[in-house]
Amino acid sequence: MITDKTAIVGLGATPYYKRGTSTPQTLEELVGKSILAAVHDAGLKVQDIDGFAYFAGGFDTALLAETLGIPEIRFSATLTGTGGGSAGAIGLASAAIVSGQAEVVVCVGANQQGAQRFGSITSAYPATPENAFFSAAGLVGPGHMFALLARRHMHLYGTTREDFAEVAMSTRANAVTNPNATLRQPMSREDYFKAPMLADPHCLYDFCLENDGAVAVIVTSAQRARDLRQTPVRILAGCHGGSRDWGRSIYWMNMPDESFASSGHAAVAKRLFAAAGVDPKDIDVAQIYDHFTSQVIMQLEDYGFCEKGEGGPFVRSGAIRLHGGRLPVNTDGGQLSCGYVWGMTHVREAVEQLRGVAVNQVEDARLALVTGGPSIIPVSGLILAN
Amino acid sequence: MAIAKRPPPELFKLATNAWTKPYWDAVARHSLVVAQCTGCGTCRMPPTPFCPTCQSQQIDWRTLSGLGEIYSYIIVERAILPGMTEHLPYVPAVITLEGGGGVRLISNVVDVELADLFIGMKVMVVWDDLAEGVAVPRFAPWAG
Repeated sequence: MITDKTAIVGLGATPYYKRGTSTPQTLEELVGKSILAAVHDAGLKVQDIDGFAYFAGGFDTALLAETLGIPEIRFSATLTGTGGGSAGAIGLASAAIVSGQAEVVVCVGANQQGAQRFGSITSAYPATPENAFFSAAGLVGPGHMFALLARRHMHLYGTTREDFAEVAMSTRANAVTNPNATLRQPMSREDYFKAPMLADPHCLYDFCLENDGAVAVIVTSAQRARDLRQTPVRILAGCHGGSRDWGRSIYWMNMPDESFASSGHAAVAKRLFAAAGVDPKDIDVAQIYDHFTSQVIMQLEDYGFCEKGEGGPFVRSGAIRLHGGRLPVNTDGGQLSCGYVWGMTHVREAVEQLRGVAVNQVEDARLALVTGGPSIIPVSGLILAN
Repeated sequence: MAIAKRPPPELFKLATNAWTKPYWDAVARHSLVVAQCTGCGTCRMPPTPFCPTCQSQQIDWRTLSGLGEIYSYIIVERAILPGMTEHLPYVPAVITLEGGGGVRLISNVVDVELADLFIGMKVMVVWDDLAEGVAVPRFAPWAG
């Protein structure tokens, strides 16, 4: 077990640029800037880095070592899959450190969207035997695919667009007071229902943003963390994986009925809480991967904050609100309204909450949950503590 | 009211392998088939090299009636790619195939009033020939 043997000691980020406006910086430059900021924040030198733990295929470690001047790499690995691994990459870094393979490990995520937007990314996938089974249907982006799950959830449990609206509005309310956020004008219920339907039942405000930017964190041993500049953020558990029943999920659509209208996180959630030795009721603040409002609702169910099918009423009770909610969610404004850097903004916000320096600080936040993107397995989760 | 059209055909480029080719060859002949494990009878979609239940590689190709039921659907009314506008609105859907042992196909419901769509709606396969030897199955409301 990795519990309490490692910690996040450094945090660095570029600004969250509107999609396509980070040029002429290159993607590697954004990554490098976030890494340099993170080592500086930690009170380390870039030469101290000896490992990289990525998700979604990661970046070119050789190029990063060459350009940043990192003398020796001892660990370089990535989780498979896509955005599902954003939280789990931290667990991968911990595994490397606990097993003695590396000492100062970088986890970094970054986007730079030029000609190809994330919103239509599946239309740019190569023609493969697997893709042939969904491409003819005109599912050109994850937003189309996840809307199929949302409709099924509405059918099974009576979830409504009012519930999706509450996720969008509560998240926006957090962005309004965050100077780093991309969308800072308040959103009313009327604003939500006036928005165009992009993939009925999902409207514009059910979709996350598409930003350019990079976020990096530095993970090291709990022992080394004690002597560094920042108060360590303890890593209680970081898990990734998922059940075969979820599998390729949105690219497959043959999940059994009980898991179709879900986030695919149930198996990881169970393992994560057990590994951390805490319960859902112990979590003070949650950063839930919000590529789509409906998937926030389904993750709240899969992580056991409410019963299966009760996610709609749960959010409508005000439970995820920063002020007065029993589980403040996406306190920076989330990917829906603050910034989208493939889930790493959620890691950043959890670290800032536990350091006590968040823009929308949750009082006495001790335990934070971070989730990776509901997508093909592996999906992932992370529990941090101060 | 609006009638569901078909998505832009250029989004689809057929690629096959030894396991999926019999399915697409059948589709080109306007026949809907499903891969069924010879050993244990489990059906799978798409066709893959192993049965996930018993790991056998033996397949029987079972011909289906073409009837199905809408398991879930969405309505695409906004273009997110150039050239999409004339194809709007269209309805991507997940269809449970009758006699398919529970397998579902990702397809479209076409020629239906959008307001009439519902989960559980009975549908029947219709065939769109896209190129020489290449077709795709879509589904239209079925009155029985």
